[in-house]
Amino acid sequence: MTNAVEVRGLRKRYDGVEAVRGIDFEIPAGEVFGLLGPNGAGKTTTVEILVGYRRRDEGDVRVLGADPAGADRLWRGRIGVVPQTGELFPNLTVLEHLDLFAGYYEEPRPPREVLTLVGLDEKAGAKTRTLSGGQRRRLDLGVALIGNPELVFLDEPTTGFDPSARRAAWETILSLRSLGKTILLTTHYIEEAHRLADRVAVLRRGEIVASGTPAELIAEAPATIIRYRRNGEEVMVQTEEPTRTLHELTGEALRDGFDLDSLEVHRPTLEDVYLTLTEEQPG
Amino acid sequence: MRLFWHQFRAEQRLFWRSRELAFFTFLLPIVFFLLLGSAYGNDEINGISGYQYLLAGMIGYGAASTTFAGLALLLVIRRESGVLKRLRATPLPPATYIAAVLASIIVIFLIEAAILVALGKLAFDVPLPESVVSLLVALLLGAASFAALGIGLASLIRSAEGSSAVVNALYLPVSFISGAFFSEDAFPRVLRVLGEILPLSHLIRLARDVMIFDDRIWDQLDDVAVIAVWGIAGLIVAVRGFRWEPRER
Repeated sequence: MTNAVEVRGLRKRYDGVEAVRGIDFEIPAGEVFGLLGPNGAGKTTTVEILVGYRRRDEGDVRVLGADPAGADRLWRGRIGVVPQTGELFPNLTVLEHLDLFAGYYEEPRPPREVLTLVGLDEKAGAKTRTLSGGQRRRLDLGVALIGNPELVFLDEPTTGFDPSARRAAWETILSLRSLGKTILLTTHYIEEAHRLADRVAVLRRGEIVASGTPAELIAEAPATIIRYRRNGEEVMVQTEEPTRTLHELTGEALRDGFDLDSLEVHRPTLEDVYLTLTEEQPG
Repeated sequence: MRLFWHQFRAEQRLFWRSRELAFFTFLLPIVFFLLLGSAYGNDEINGISGYQYLLAGMIGYGAASTTFAGLALLLVIRRESGVLKRLRATPLPPATYIAAVLASIIVIFLIEAAILVALGKLAFDVPLPESVVSLLVALLLGAASFAALGIGLASLIRSAEGSSAVVNALYLPVSFISGAFFSEDAFPRVLRVLGEILPLSHLIRLARDVMIFDDRIWDQLDDVAVIAVWGIAGLIVAVRGFRWEPRER
């Protein structure tokens, strides 16, 4: 399997601040890859270098076999980009946007088909300025897919969505995966990465602090987590020996006559892993 | 070439759908021509009929408002809203895009100029220009120069907020001291000298000489030179400062 994306030692600095500090990863063709991290971790900078918007300071980057910094028209025809922010033309309709962008590609998908794929059939004739935030985001996706790209970059595609809109967007993204597209997705929603991505890299302050399948990341986290409330305060205990720890805890509670309110014992979720990894360490 | 026409048609549609651009940059010079023409068209200004004086002035003002102000605003808004950035991720070649945007705005100005000339004839009985080719060359030169200045100005404006205030604060006063609305002789000397340095007064004079005195464009090479020099200066700023994306936050 060839790699759609290869990144080695990538660095980018803005005015002396290192936004990306030497990251490595690759995305095999056909994979959904999630870049997960809090705001300011360097996700958007990484994507903008991969699509050719920005120049890197150091490192090697190959996207569909080419260096994005010097890529040509043919290469641009093979990628699709949903930027994190940015508007379209407020006075054009949904279908006019798809027709306009379809004209830029050699072999576009039929605009009507894309309209259905992103669920905007009823809005075909609506001016963009009348669309809701979620509908605009779906049009963003439609515009990115109109050229029938092999590789799609989705920079925080569902930020600001309500839960039902987010679920609908996930369905669409999963349907892209079944079409065999390679997808790079950035998100700060753990659940989104868990649901959509085959593999995840967790980015913190410009560095990849963990990577693997969601299951691997969870397995790497050593501890079982025990949570309870005492005197109204939440207590969290991480332990390698859940049986012993729990026994001691309940023994102590019985002896001293207090209750373990809301006691729960669980395996770490991806969220726990993520919070541990992205926690700001002092110093 | 197919891409150029594809984008050109889209640009035309975008312009006419944008009420702000279509009204302020396209229609306003026509409205002013009718208003001012009915107010003092019968007077004599600098030795020529008020109607004829105004017609050349409004064509010059129209060039500044469409190809300079309109183009600058359009580019700033598209850049700051992220449209330019998104277009860059498509296979549309940047040069084709810029060419289509320029061609579209210049065609819009030529339509405006044709309407002004026709209205002058119909409403105020201003004779039609005889040296049409010279007039067309003069207008194309002016439009190209102002377009270069407009792209240059767009690269100097940092945000969409207040961009129309900046643009209006530049081209409206310049139109006044360049004698678009009434004789620039009424202004103090300092402003007249300033008007003389700026390109609009030269474009208006060139249009006037061609339309009224039947000069050919090569009879007025000094005006041609001033307009061209400004255009080249605008081009240098434009090429150096052009950005596809909003400034970093």
